[in-house]
Amino acid sequence: MRHMSPRAALAGIGELKPERNTHGVTTMELLMRVSAEAIADAGVAPQEIDGLLVGPQVGETPQHVPATVAEYFGMQPSMSNMVDLGGASGPGMIWRAAAAIAAGQCETVLCVIGNHRNMPPPRSPNRNPAREFDTPFGASGANTSYALLMQAHMAAYGCRAEDYAAIAAGSRSNAQNNDKAIFHGKPASVEEVLASPLVASPLHLFEIVMPVAGADAVIVTTAEKAARLRHPPVFLNGAGEKITHRAVSQAPSLTSGPLKPSISRALAQAGMRIQDIDFLSLYDCYTIMVAATIEDAGLCAPGKFAEWLKDNGGMSCEARQPINTHGGQLGFGQPDLAGGMTHVVEAVRQIRGTAPNRQIKNCRSALVTGNGATMSEAVVLVLGADL
Amino acid sequence: MIDYRTLDVPGPTITDLSRPFWEAAARGRLTIQHCTSCNRGVFYPRPLCPHCWADALEWRDASGKGTLTSFSQIWKPGHPGWLPAVPYYVGLVQLSEGPTMLSHIVDERRSIRVGDQLVFKSVPTGSRILPFFHKI
Ligand SMILES: [Zn+2]
Repeated sequence: MRHMSPRAALAGIGELKPERNTHGVTTMELLMRVSAEAIADAGVAPQEIDGLLVGPQVGETPQHVPATVAEYFGMQPSMSNMVDLGGASGPGMIWRAAAAIAAGQCETVLCVIGNHRNMPPPRSPNRNPAREFDTPFGASGANTSYALLMQAHMAAYGCRAEDYAAIAAGSRSNAQNNDKAIFHGKPASVEEVLASPLVASPLHLFEIVMPVAGADAVIVTTAEKAARLRHPPVFLNGAGEKITHRAVSQAPSLTSGPLKPSISRALAQAGMRIQDIDFLSLYDCYTIMVAATIEDAGLCAPGKFAEWLKDNGGMSCEARQPINTHGGQLGFGQPDLAGGMTHVVEAVRQIRGTAPNRQIKNCRSALVTGNGATMSEAVVLVLGADL
Repeated sequence: MIDYRTLDVPGPTITDLSRPFWEAAARGRLTIQHCTSCNRGVFYPRPLCPHCWADALEWRDASGKGTLTSFSQIWKPGHPGWLPAVPYYVGLVQLSEGPTMLSHIVDERRSIRVGDQLVFKSVPTGSRILPFFHKI
């Protein structure tokens, strides 16, 4: 075991006076007030916070807790996570903050944990802002959010429905080379994508991932140890993360997302340009997500994803820069939160040179993107055959 | 045109912090927080300003006007209570005070476009009165 690099320091503290009953105050309000104390105690500006670790908020915010807190705080951290270790969560945050700083992902981390205590407990405990200020108007679920992002993208750049549908068709086509894919044996043409029912305009059914059960797993170890194991190692050469908001109504932009700075950071860490990447393993919950990612990666100008895809030779393993050779989630199915990990697993197969029926020739590097909530939580990895 | 009062749909759980917004909407007014320290509008309600973190928020009536920055016509709602209303529009409204809110867009002519100028209107929905928007 190596010694820890002694680089992180605890620079500010905050603490609220305990109460038996918070009388309808939300956890989010408590967290903002205690964070203001710690920020003032440290003498930093709120804008200097670029890392955010939070605890679970049982009931009030069931999912996307870090993004919900960041949005509420008006922060856009480049590292964020929920630490769910029960009573060990608080101390668990501290060394994780130090590790993220040492990894070059952020400089100043706010670690905040707390909970309301409303007696008697409210009938509907789910009271996060997206639930309180979007759902009552008839907007709930990811389909609505991505429909709004897609409509804004179409309006801004004049892209046509068939431009986005080509991404669904390309994913279905790639799925024909993966017998694990839910749409193996079920290709779909651009015309068939556009003939599928509108779910939330402009999104058609075939432009939306199919929910499935499933699971993915990955083992990470040191480069030294990996060299002694069964497979040629796949190295993590760069990473980037950014969280900009939770609810689509709070998005700083509707046409470009946090993947843009995350891709830049990951490529810079790896010392690569996007054009050098052999395989693009791009998170694809909806067709618009792939379109926006191609543009945020700087592969083409905003609004030009369709022309770029055509020049690229589509998405297959024969393309100039192949995309989602396993079919993507649009072709493979979305095994809930494991969907994002399918993009990591396929990148490892491609770099190892063991992708069945779909191996990219001499694949030495991959860019993996992960995306959450409403194009608001982004993680990017640059993986390579060489360190 | 559906009578929104007949819908059985999820509403907000009103707290002390959010009460001024929902109660104003029920009385036909749109009110949002304003930071007297950095002079910016804030939506949704917070205890401190998310822009400058000052403890300087006050409630001010908004103009009720805004610009549609995106919209969707919903055919399969996320909550089944909205099924009797399909297809209906939701949209993002950038208020003239700055912040964006998501709302229900009433448009019987089905002619809305990104960039449309909208105005706020309180509409009884289920057991509540909610701030919707429609074209000017
Ligand atoms: Zn302010």
